[in-house]
Amino acid sequence: MEVARLIEVTRIYKVGNVETRALNGITTVIHEGEFTALVGPSGSGKTTLLQLIGCLDRPTSGKVIVAGHETTHLNHNQRADLRRSTIGFVFQFFALIPTLTAYENVEMPLLLNGKSAAERRKRVMELLEAVGMVNRAHHRPDQLSGGEQQRVAVARALAPYPKIILADEPTANLDTQNGEQVMEIMKKLNRETGTTFIFATHDPRVIKHARRIIALRDGTIIEDQPGESP
Amino acid sequence: MIHYVKLAYRNLGRHRRRSILSGLALALGTALLLFIAAFFEGEMRSAMETTIRLNTGHLQLQDADYDPDKLSVAWEYLIEKPEQVAAQIQTLDAVAVAAPRLIANGIVSAGDEAVGVQIIGIAPESKANDPYRDGLVEGQFLTAEDRDGILIGYPLANSLGLKPGDRLSLLVNTANGSVDEQVFTVRGIFSTGTTAYDKGVVFLSLAKAQVFSGAGDRASLIFILLNDREQAEAVAAAIRTPAYQVKTWRQMNELLVLVNDFSNAYLAVINLIVLGVTATVIVNTLLMSVFERTREIGILAAIGMKRRQIIALFLTEAALLALGGVAFGGALGWALSAYFGEVGFYFGDLGMSAQMLMQDRIYTVLTLEAAINLILTAFVITLLAALYPARMAARMEPVEALRGK
Repeated sequence: MEVARLIEVTRIYKVGNVETRALNGITTVIHEGEFTALVGPSGSGKTTLLQLIGCLDRPTSGKVIVAGHETTHLNHNQRADLRRSTIGFVFQFFALIPTLTAYENVEMPLLLNGKSAAERRKRVMELLEAVGMVNRAHHRPDQLSGGEQQRVAVARALAPYPKIILADEPTANLDTQNGEQVMEIMKKLNRETGTTFIFATHDPRVIKHARRIIALRDGTIIEDQPGESP
Repeated sequence: MIHYVKLAYRNLGRHRRRSILSGLALALGTALLLFIAAFFEGEMRSAMETTIRLNTGHLQLQDADYDPDKLSVAWEYLIEKPEQVAAQIQTLDAVAVAAPRLIANGIVSAGDEAVGVQIIGIAPESKANDPYRDGLVEGQFLTAEDRDGILIGYPLANSLGLKPGDRLSLLVNTANGSVDEQVFTVRGIFSTGTTAYDKGVVFLSLAKAQVFSGAGDRASLIFILLNDREQAEAVAAAIRTPAYQVKTWRQMNELLVLVNDFSNAYLAVINLIVLGVTATVIVNTLLMSVFERTREIGILAAIGMKRRQIIALFLTEAALLALGGVAFGGALGWALSAYFGEVGFYFGDLGMSAQMLMQDRIYTVLTLEAAINLILTAFVITLLAALYPARMAARMEPVEALRGK
């Protein structure tokens, strides 16, 4: 079953009179349960592609269909609704809310989804356990290491049972050990929950975890092949 | 909602000093608003009460042809048998006191100094004269039988170098249009706390004033104080006859009512300026917060926070800031007003006209209505001001915001 379909997607950024073609006629399909790496050098369009699938941005032309919704014409609030219910994000910078504890950060999407206190508590503890952060639940981001923050970010992304997790260079700011740990956690959660993971990276140590690799260059897919990971 | 409050509270705590300073600015603004309102209220109440108590009363019954600007004691302008008329008016339930007064123009001289004054003949025993009796500084008050004594104000006594027992010469414009002069003994010196009034009037017993000015047994007016000044119109209608005109305190104090209205407009402008400055501080604080938290706003949007929820978050921060600032400012304003309500401000002789008398010391009066209105206004203005940065945060495109710092 497909969770995202991109049809002839082009994204052009305009800064003054200068046009930059970040994506150039991308067509691809992402299926449920995939663990897919978007690879390519800086400027190849990986982040832009993630942002379009994540409804954070709109294509200049083409169609982006996410969980059966054609997102191109959705308004600001409709896109927010779709993100809240369907998509989880893990960013390169450890994107936690600095004033909230690890527990509260994971709880935030559930609050936005109107879950009851009991439901929230159960889900947050379940996820913190899954990422090995139960004993750090009441620490704020500035009291956590980079690896710990990223594990909390993964837990938060998974909190509302999304169909897709989009991770933009999730290990770029982590050392090898922490980066490996985060990838293992993502892989484990992918296997156990069936959630689709799409992550952008150019780190070969990360790419090896992917079961599908989409290679981009200059905004175009140049290769789409199965990965080495089982 | 509780989660917004928690998040907003913690966000304010990120830059504790900045938040405290912003709250303090709002507190000072609110305190200033309350204090200014209390000052104006005290000033206007003092002016109105003093003018009524000393000069106009709540009602004045005059001969139909009497002109208070001329202060003529010609018989045709005066009330005949004023004691009887006053006694009749006094029988009305709404009337606290009614007393005849004869008013004439005169000149007081002592040594080489001469000062123009208003000579007021009073029924000394009447309660209408309590402000002078209670304000007696030296000597004694007049009696009805006193044919030689004169009561003068403290500033006049001071400028002429007079004390009780001293003699002064008084010149009066009489009923037949000529002048008469007699020597009087300073019986007492009074102070009402209103220099502008005290330096321009002298009191004689009514009987002496009538003889001295040639007014016979007549008086210029019946000075009436009511139990409730809002009954002035009703009582005026009850005692008005074709022979008499009755003027209410509103009619006699038109200038004061106008000044009061003007001061309200003036106060509104001051309030707007104070609130404008305060709102600018709040907007500035929240704008800095929005710019600093651009990426965080992007994250919140990415995890599905809607625009109205982002607005609500920033408005909650503003509301907490406003609540703290306004509460502290309200307490500070109340304390200041209470203190100066007891101690007062000494202004001295403000040199106002007889139509607008003020005490030399003004006491602040903070009414509950004014306090509630101003506190609510400060709170609402703060929230309205916060709408701009809140909307700015909400209108950020997530992808742009995520690129921010």
